[in-house]
Amino acid sequence: MKINVKFFARYREALGEDALSVEGKFSTVDDVRALLAARPGSDVLNEQNLMCARNEELCQLDEPLADGDEVAFFPTVTGG
Amino acid sequence: MAIRVQADPFDPGAEVSAMHAANVGVGAVVSFVGYVRDFNDGLDVSGMFLEHYPGMTEKALGKIAVEAQQRWPLLKLEVLHRIGALEPGEPIVFVAAASAHRQAAFDACAFVMDYLKTRAPFWKKENTADGPRWVEGRDSDHAAADRWKQ
Repeated sequence: MKINVKFFARYREALGEDALSVEGKFSTVDDVRALLAARPGSDVLNEQNLMCARNEELCQLDEPLADGDEVAFFPTVTGG
Repeated sequence: MAIRVQADPFDPGAEVSAMHAANVGVGAVVSFVGYVRDFNDGLDVSGMFLEHYPGMTEKALGKIAVEAQQRWPLLKLEVLHRIGALEPGEPIVFVAAASAHRQAAFDACAFVMDYLKTRAPFWKKENTADGPRWVEGRDSDHAAADRWKQ
């Protein structure tokens, strides 16, 4: 399956990219996070207060995934 | 219900006036305007950049607005948020709720702001004398949002 991944704000800067896609077998959002966090220089993806979204809706890390989903990882939101 | 995410400045006074225009059934309008401060966490702030998640931003704000309309008898609800470069003193966010009586408008306005602060994908990057820095989320924002849990 293919998952399209986006990063925002501080994570985007720390990782040096705003989007990528991953191919493989992923049950949950956390499977994608763990794969990407294992890459060198990707410690931000291990942060306790990491937020995530699936198909443009906030979700938890145990959210199930389907082929073609868009997943996003970002730090705590600070609008308003 | 109106959701607007825009780089252009807006006039809060004109937005409030529009809340009861053409609807004499509106007896109460409660609005909140958030402004860019010239200081934060001990440092002078000379400006900021508002990053967001195009697509999700509008959906998240729409979801919050729909929930507010389900909880309170609102006649109108507007949520407006700026993105891009902003200077101190500029309005950054506007939320207004209109209803027949005041309590629904007060509560809905506070609810939308509390949820927006914790669930809408915006991130502030401030320009300070020490260089640019990302604003970190506050625990108090989450406590404020938690009070609306049913």
